[in-house]
Amino acid sequence: MTILDVNYDTLIPNNVGLSQDRKVLKALEKWHPGYISWWNDLIPKEFQESMVYLRTAVSVDPKGWTKFDYVKMPEYRWGILLAPQKEERTIPCGEHFGEPAWQEVPGEYRNMLKRMIVIQGDTEPGSVEQQRFLGLTAPSLYDMRNLFQVNVEEGRHLWAMVYLLQKYFGKDGREEADDMLVRSSGSEEAPRMLGAFNEETPDWLSFFMFTYFTDRDGKMQLESLAQSGFDPLSRTCRFMITEEAHHMFVGETGVGRTIQATIEAMNAHGITDPYDINKVRDLGVIDLPTIQKKLNLHYSLSLDLFGQEVSTNAANAFNSGIKGRFMEQRIDDDHRLAGDTYMVRTIKDNKVVAEEVPALTAINMRLRDDYVRDASGGVGRWNRMIAKAGVEFEMRLPDEAFHRQIGVFSGINADTDGNLISQDTWEKQKKNWLPTKGDGDYIQSLMKPCVKPGEYASWIAPPRMGIDNKPGDFEYVKLHMA
Amino acid sequence: MNKPIKQHVICPEVCIRCYTCEMTCPIGAIEHDDNNVVVNADICNFCMECIPVCPTGSIDEWRIVQEPYSLEEQYEWMELPEQEKFADSMEDGVANLVDPAIEALLLEAHIGAGGKAMPPKSASKPVVALYGTETPAQVVVQGNYRLTDDPNHDVRHIIFNVGDTPVPVLEGQTIGVVPPGNDANGKPHNARLYSVSNPRDGERPGYNNISLTVKRDEKGVCSNYICDLEQGDVVNIIGPFGSTFLMPDDPSAHLLMICTGTGAAPMRAFTMRRQRVAAGASGGMTLFFGARSAGSLPYFGPLAKVPQSLLTQNLVFSRDPTLPKEYVQDRLLENTDTVANLLMNPSTYIYICGLRDMEAGVEAAMSKIASNSGQNWKDLRDQMRTDGRYHVETY
Ligand SMILES: Cc1cc2nc3c(=O)[nH]c(=O)nc-3n(C[C@H](O)[C@H](O)[C@H](O)COP(=O)(O)OP(=O)(O)OC[C@H]3O[C@@H](n4cnc5c(N)ncnc54)[C@H](O)[C@@H]3O)c2cc1C
Repeated sequence: MTILDVNYDTLIPNNVGLSQDRKVLKALEKWHPGYISWWNDLIPKEFQESMVYLRTAVSVDPKGWTKFDYVKMPEYRWGILLAPQKEERTIPCGEHFGEPAWQEVPGEYRNMLKRMIVIQGDTEPGSVEQQRFLGLTAPSLYDMRNLFQVNVEEGRHLWAMVYLLQKYFGKDGREEADDMLVRSSGSEEAPRMLGAFNEETPDWLSFFMFTYFTDRDGKMQLESLAQSGFDPLSRTCRFMITEEAHHMFVGETGVGRTIQATIEAMNAHGITDPYDINKVRDLGVIDLPTIQKKLNLHYSLSLDLFGQEVSTNAANAFNSGIKGRFMEQRIDDDHRLAGDTYMVRTIKDNKVVAEEVPALTAINMRLRDDYVRDASGGVGRWNRMIAKAGVEFEMRLPDEAFHRQIGVFSGINADTDGNLISQDTWEKQKKNWLPTKGDGDYIQSLMKPCVKPGEYASWIAPPRMGIDNKPGDFEYVKLHMA
Repeated sequence: MNKPIKQHVICPEVCIRCYTCEMTCPIGAIEHDDNNVVVNADICNFCMECIPVCPTGSIDEWRIVQEPYSLEEQYEWMELPEQEKFADSMEDGVANLVDPAIEALLLEAHIGAGGKAMPPKSASKPVVALYGTETPAQVVVQGNYRLTDDPNHDVRHIIFNVGDTPVPVLEGQTIGVVPPGNDANGKPHNARLYSVSNPRDGERPGYNNISLTVKRDEKGVCSNYICDLEQGDVVNIIGPFGSTFLMPDDPSAHLLMICTGTGAAPMRAFTMRRQRVAAGASGGMTLFFGARSAGSLPYFGPLAKVPQSLLTQNLVFSRDPTLPKEYVQDRLLENTDTVANLLMNPSTYIYICGLRDMEAGVEAAMSKIASNSGQNWKDLRDQMRTDGRYHVETY
């Protein structure tokens, strides 16, 4: 396809009047080939050529954003879709509370706003890069399809951020958009901006944990950007949240199905002790303690993404109305927080203590607390499955002090209950809390592709329900055989 | 005792509490607490906006109940309660409020398939019996066009505007039309079934309308009522009905469509759906369509405009003075090789629709074609039917 042939109104479904916006159209036309070549270089060729049963968003109303059909990923229609403009929307927080929302970038906050969009945008292609090889070991066509759906939607989210940069930030916005395709996950010279997006996702359980815990951070960030006083950002994020729900779903059911396969196998073979790891592993499933270790790892890495507990940057972003809190409109306070305080846990005299700090500076902490509550729901549902199967084991979120690289707990060592421990004890014990190389090797040994419709790898149970009401043995991906 | 009603519920075991449904519901019928997401039966109007946005499918659950479950009861659920048994009105084990009389009509119409029909695996999930005789939907006649040029065959293309009333139909489904007035026993007339002849997104994409193809039966109650409708008339409809005579969503499927007269209605819907969603890249469709003459063949004109690449057409006339008498089964036999190849192809889906008397001839022809290539037709047919690939609807 030559660039001249591209009809952006049909190729990129949009509700922003793209075809009338000469300037942005030109910028996107310049950016698009780079994007397509990024995509083509990324994902193994046989998958690029395969027909994948994907959901495509062509408009923002419920009927328009859930069109399912077979498409080749590079031909996916990356829409630029913003939730409808709310009439007379006002700035929901900070010192400008109640003033009309900005339709153009407010000059005084231009840099802060741009930086926030760039960071959000940078995570989107980052996760696709991390997951690039997973298709080769998909435990079923159903899971492969879900992976690709997550990937193309992350791709679309990059488009969404790039659109904002090109539309509202002039020349340096365009440069930032180009840099999104220059940086690359794990690269020495130009890595992705956040640490968690520079590690390769080595196996499918990691992918599920990532979509459950790390994408959930993404969801919380989107929720608070949806509260932005900068209306185009708010509208963009509001629509992205709808798609993000699918990623949460892939994570929660992926981990759940992994657990399901384990407890079913244990019951079928009369194994009652979940810690009898070798016996459980002999059945070709992942033992519950190892799943817990994976959970510990991904949860703690994801908590780091919320940044410093007490942060003036976060206070500024809130105060200026650039970024709100989770469900800001449902919070019953003055939305300015000038004199308010918030409890934050910190380290004093080598002990974990709670401390009252100005609420404004604790915005990150508050979002993290909301995140923890949100993340614990799925853990409860996994435990219900385990209990239903009669197995004595409970998954749990480790304490927030456990295994941290950022924030007040990064300077100490803590066990999963939050007790402070010495470096020595940490070194001795960490193999019980975090996946070891041996655990990783075992999981890796299970990662064998299953590509017949209706076939599932031993370590994962089939879904209770297919995508778009299709049965489990539906051919979700028609593989291109070279 | 109250009449049982249909209640929308959410499966707490499958739901991941993303609240997308709650944010989507235009009338605030969905709410949640720390435990569950629930639907308020007093508010929900079955508009279905929440169905596509759910990432899990947990939203697409229904129960037929005497008394709707209260919000408090739903908040306590750890799993969905079993469907209580109400009479036998359960098509395919799916709880639906299908009037037993309607169910009997459908069962009878599907008898020719030789056993229990199954929907195609990749078919979209149909909504069934949203509107019953007690609570019909009111639609407005938007147009009534005569399709045929044959004094003895008055076939009409009727378009209903459904306005803001949600009537989600899939191609191949039927709706019931309730004729006004009473029958000889002084009871209100029973509804008559008619196949929907347009695709799910309307006569034109995005228009909320439904079209039917209705043949006037000179002595008939409902068909006369429909064929005489005028623009602006208000009509009571019930349904939609049918959960097996549906098309596969898989674009690589090949559709072999055999019909006579108004049996063309679902075939028109299938063809238009294909034209809209899979133009160019589809597995193709083959049509065998029988009528007395070109003048009595519904949609003769529009059919000429459907490209050969999408639809291979065999129009067969039994009373054309310039041609030898020919029925669809004759044309099937004439194309034995083509049809035999289609029968062997696991991507082929067969649809037979029209008047009851077409069945025997088509069945005999298929039997012959199958045995020519060494196949036992009954076995083949039963296998195809179990796979959701063989469908008969005759009346
Ligand atoms: C699944 C299904 C799908 C259908 N799809 C379509 C469709 O797409 N298009 C379509 O046109 N039709 C369709 N039909 C047929 C339709 O439902 C009606 O049966 C048809 O229109 C006749 O209904 P009516 O009310 O006009 O006739 P009725 O009043 O029901 O009469 C039917 C026949 O019985 C005879 N009759 C009635 N009363 C007497 C009497 N007292 N004495 C002697 N004879 C009598 C009449 O002569 C008439 O021929 C479908 C039927 C089914 C089951």
